[in-house]
Amino acid sequence: MPAISLSVNGKPVSGEYEARTLLCELLRGHLALTGTHVGCDTSQCGACVVLVDGDPVKSCAMLAAQADGREVTTIEGLAGGEKLHPMQEAFRDHHALQCGFCTPGMILTSVALARGNPALGEEDVAKGLEGNLCRCTGYRNIIRAVMAGAKAMREQGDV
Amino acid sequence: MYEFRYHRPETLEDAAKLFSECGDPLFLAGGQTTLPVMKQRLASPSDLIDLGRIPELRGISLSGDTLTIGAMTCHEDVARSADAKSAIPALAGLAGDIGDPAVRSRGTLGGSIANNDPAADYTAALVALGASVHTPSRVIAAEDFFTGMFETALEEGEMIVKVAFPAPRSAAYVKFPNPASRYATVGVFVAGTREGVRVAVTGAGPCVFRAGDIEAALEGDFSADALRGVSVSPDGLNSDLHASAEYRANLIGVMTRRAVARAS
Repeated sequence: MPAISLSVNGKPVSGEYEARTLLCELLRGHLALTGTHVGCDTSQCGACVVLVDGDPVKSCAMLAAQADGREVTTIEGLAGGEKLHPMQEAFRDHHALQCGFCTPGMILTSVALARGNPALGEEDVAKGLEGNLCRCTGYRNIIRAVMAGAKAMREQGDV
Repeated sequence: MYEFRYHRPETLEDAAKLFSECGDPLFLAGGQTTLPVMKQRLASPSDLIDLGRIPELRGISLSGDTLTIGAMTCHEDVARSADAKSAIPALAGLAGDIGDPAVRSRGTLGGSIANNDPAADYTAALVALGASVHTPSRVIAAEDFFTGMFETALEEGEMIVKVAFPAPRSAAYVKFPNPASRYATVGVFVAGTREGVRVAVTGAGPCVFRAGDIEAALEGDFSADALRGVSVSPDGLNSDLHASAEYRANLIGVMTRRAVARAS
């Protein structure tokens, strides 16, 4: 079994896991970080998106072994203690979730979008969220939330 | 997913040696096709040889008018590359429109072309631009590289190291994406090159192909108007639940006119 060492939400994790362990399985099953949701398991829905070295990645389409030596951020690692991350705050303020299942992936993808584009516009958000499905069909509010969250991130110097 | 052994070589030599020693190995690039396919148990290699730690497979460089991209370079890196955007903006744009951001973070040029999915985007760019595929032992012209549906000229165990793209005078890629997968229902890459106008079509047939009649029509008059009266035959094109062969044939004309308008 491959030995894997990585950082998850700033904390070191190491161990030996079956080679076929997916990153989402490591996070949910072994580390009990169940905020990463597995919606489709066929890499279509984007609910399982986490950040790997800052880049959005579908954790159901990446082996845990491929994350060796990398820094992984899950939805649990976004807030600073009791204070929500500005993108989380914006999703709450703009009612950008109903059932909330897609929300972790939506928020992590959106954080990466905001950091990757200081001049993020609504069209960029719509295109950037093409790989994240919301079956409650709350896209309008999600786009509003991402625009507001990105603005708040810019104001806090996080972009 | 069935269990397999996982290897992470750090040199091309070690990767090739591992491949020759394993029973039923598969190279792993970004894994955006391989891993879902393994999860569906449509592939069950004994060994996965991860190419992600081999430095010479990564990177983008511009030398003269040749843009060279390492096989393990992810789509997002191509989309954001200043060299790619300046030398072949149509290629950078194509890379930035593959799949979605998460797929672009992991999916690689080498993985995409080795898989040769009939609806992949990169294949059209390689053929239209007259790119060459470099392996450790030889250089393969793009037109000779893509040999059929999910088939390439690669030998068993042969890796892709990099792809060299000659910069065209002008180029554009336009696709009609499947709204769910964002694969090309039809994608057309048009390039004005030193060898003349080259038009490559993906998504429409079993394998990327050049559209000879369209190239001939554009050779003297590189404009959308020059394509009036040029019809594309649906013979041999794909028919599936997404689009009939006739619809794809029509889309080839539409996508080509849009691409020409964008490239002119």
